[in-house]
Amino acid sequence: MFAYYLELALRSLKRSPGLTILMVLSIGFGVAASMTTYSVFRAVSGDPIPWKSSQLFVPQIDMWGPTGRGDDGEPPVAMDYTDAMKLMRDHRAKLQSAMYQVSPSIVPADASKHPINVSGHAVYSEFFPMLDVPFKYGNGWSADDDEQRAAVVVISSKLNEKLFGGANSVGKTVNVEGKDYRVVGVTNDWNPQPRFYDVVNSGGFSTGLDDVFLPFERAIALSIPNDGNTNCNAIPAESGFVGLQHSSCVWIAYMAELDDAATASTYKAYLDGYAHQQQQSGRFAWAPNNRLRNLPDWLDSQHVVPSDTKVSLLVALGLLIVCLVNTAGLLLAKFLRRSSEIGVRRALGAQRLSIYAQFLTEAGMIGLAGGVLGLLLTGVGVASVGWVLPKDIAALARVDLMLLAMTLLIAVVATLLAGLYPTFRAARVQPAWQLKSN
Amino acid sequence: MDILPILSTLRRHKITAWLLILEIALTCAIVCNAVFLISQRLERMNLPSGIAEHELVQVQLANIGNRSDAEARAKTDLAALRQIPGVTQVALVFQMPFTDGGSSNSGIKLDPQQQEDTVDVTQYMGENLLSTLGTRLVAGRDFRPDEFVDLDAAVTALHSGNLKGLPQVLVITQMLAERLWPGQSALGKQIYLGQGLPFRVVGVVAHLARPNRLSKGVEYSTVWPISMNVAQGASFLIRCAPQERERVLKSALAALKQLDPNRVVLQKRTYDEARHAFFANDRAMTGILVGVCLALLIVTALGIVGLASFWVAQRRRTIGVRRALGATRANILQYFQTENFLLATIGIVIGMALAFGINLFLMQHYELPRLPAIYFPVGAIALWVIGQLAVLGPALRAAAVPPVVATRSV
Repeated sequence: MFAYYLELALRSLKRSPGLTILMVLSIGFGVAASMTTYSVFRAVSGDPIPWKSSQLFVPQIDMWGPTGRGDDGEPPVAMDYTDAMKLMRDHRAKLQSAMYQVSPSIVPADASKHPINVSGHAVYSEFFPMLDVPFKYGNGWSADDDEQRAAVVVISSKLNEKLFGGANSVGKTVNVEGKDYRVVGVTNDWNPQPRFYDVVNSGGFSTGLDDVFLPFERAIALSIPNDGNTNCNAIPAESGFVGLQHSSCVWIAYMAELDDAATASTYKAYLDGYAHQQQQSGRFAWAPNNRLRNLPDWLDSQHVVPSDTKVSLLVALGLLIVCLVNTAGLLLAKFLRRSSEIGVRRALGAQRLSIYAQFLTEAGMIGLAGGVLGLLLTGVGVASVGWVLPKDIAALARVDLMLLAMTLLIAVVATLLAGLYPTFRAARVQPAWQLKSN
Repeated sequence: MDILPILSTLRRHKITAWLLILEIALTCAIVCNAVFLISQRLERMNLPSGIAEHELVQVQLANIGNRSDAEARAKTDLAALRQIPGVTQVALVFQMPFTDGGSSNSGIKLDPQQQEDTVDVTQYMGENLLSTLGTRLVAGRDFRPDEFVDLDAAVTALHSGNLKGLPQVLVITQMLAERLWPGQSALGKQIYLGQGLPFRVVGVVAHLARPNRLSKGVEYSTVWPISMNVAQGASFLIRCAPQERERVLKSALAALKQLDPNRVVLQKRTYDEARHAFFANDRAMTGILVGVCLALLIVTALGIVGLASFWVAQRRRTIGVRRALGATRANILQYFQTENFLLATIGIVIGMALAFGINLFLMQHYELPRLPAIYFPVGAIALWVIGQLAVLGPALRAAAVPPVVATRSV
């Protein structure tokens, strides 16, 4: 029977090619526009570390008090040196790392090559296992290296390509800011988007990747300056990088791994206990106002998904709805035009159900055709977002099987939905009335 | 034109008519809001910076490791850049209007006793900044060479509370002057920073936009007599004739490299490129919205064409009868045009309410301003025009139906 309905549908579509093309175009455009913006939205709202994001937490300590809070009563989004070091020393989480952004110069061994400026982070050894950083060669450094302030470095595969031609460089030497460092690890194309471990400095997305990771305490000891944001509530009492460390200015990002809700609440209690103790000792003149958010909540609170992207997704959804209303109207017109044909079929014994089947098949075919057109247009759309969107975001949008399947599915399901009422009307056609009037 | 027969016909096609109305209403609501969003972006992208945008190039360098001779090096660098033919002005500055990255901002007070800051302003610094940027002074004067203080010295003076080591004067924008002292001359007035440190206004410039944080007041800018060097994060700003920029940029890089090959180039670009990059997001959003609006209008127009064609085909006989009974072609044409106008009007009325609702939603969730009233009549006219254009084809076909159709049975 289905084959027969297909043939009927084809014949009917061929009879009014103009109307058919209109419907297919309308669905194709609507679906393509929504899927293109959705691909961008999906890219920016994706979970950068889905297998573990609920175990990664960002603590915030209110070291500024009421005058430094925003309108929403939130404490600063980064940490000052004093508190970050206290948390590192107490070491209450399973894994944790304080970090700050650096931008050192690398001097190639080959004197004929120019020095290059790279970006990176000063981190603790637990940074690598905590974030499951993939290594091409070697590994992160040890807790011992942290303490010894060892001259070790982890570099990106891109920098490894540039400096060592991509060969295994573990054990070799790199000159960072005029000092020699031993390479202990080479990351394997690790460039998570959003840059979740330091959202405050990257704003979430960044085209450049981190090329070097240095031991935190060594970077501090060598006064490798902070390249990220520094926010101050009061003018530091001393100048320079050391003054920054003694000040209440915030410039350090912090992340901790906590296995479950119970450990998380214990850790939160520890943070509050610490703030309370600071209050008693007179450093804080206010009650504890700390936060401990897991990664998805943290990204949300930092508005990592640009509101522009959300608005354009809404607009595209609006377009899809208009396209569907449009299709519903056209289908209704098309089906009702064939009242006499339906009358004849019904008079010859076709059941209401068969009429439903016939017309829904026709709607489904239009949906499928619209979906195929939508696929092509989505491909074109995603390929050309780089044209309008900033590169760091456009680069993330891509077509995959999931997106293709969704495009087709949405097109067919949406058209079937749009076809429901017209089919209902068609099935209600009274055979006697139709036959008589002709 | 008689509306009643049209209404009675529409009553027999209720659902189809409502679908068309719904489509027009949604299109109207979405397009009104989208066009408003577009206009907001365009306004942002066209903000005046107040500087000689097409005459500037920027070179930013970074030293490798710490150096002690930064100040002396800055003097030699600047002298070398001035030697390049075509260069009219050179400065070492920390920031430029409409650029991302670091910016120096501070709250200022009008009264040293004040608890809260009056406004948040951006702080421009760098020797020879005003004439290099090309901002126009409207009152007062530029800084004298003896008023300049090195940044490090100023910071040290700030920490030790030594007022003598700090700059004494500043230049502000007209917009800021108007905000602080409405209707008065700002020259000679005092502002206070931090714990009541006083500074005197000696000049007012016409326009000078902030680097970023535009929501805190685009032109709330101040200029300070503080000199900076490469190690402190300043970049070279070079002014030359627009057509010379490429050449000057190349010569500047060569000259700087020759003076000290042991430096890394962080940034080399014309100011136009910098501004272009800053507004990339806004341009992208505008592009997407324009695309979606066009698609919406086209789809709606096609929908009207489709339904109108259907109605014309369905009513061929009725049209024939009307023609046989003496209706002119113009009558038939008018009938379909009026019908479309009626539907469009109902759609627009609903669409306006919807547009208002969407705007309220966006205001709540995305901090957008209220939709100005002008969008309603303009949106209405646009949809009426589109409706009439779309219905014209089918209506003409209806008008062409010959009276003889009435006499044929099927």
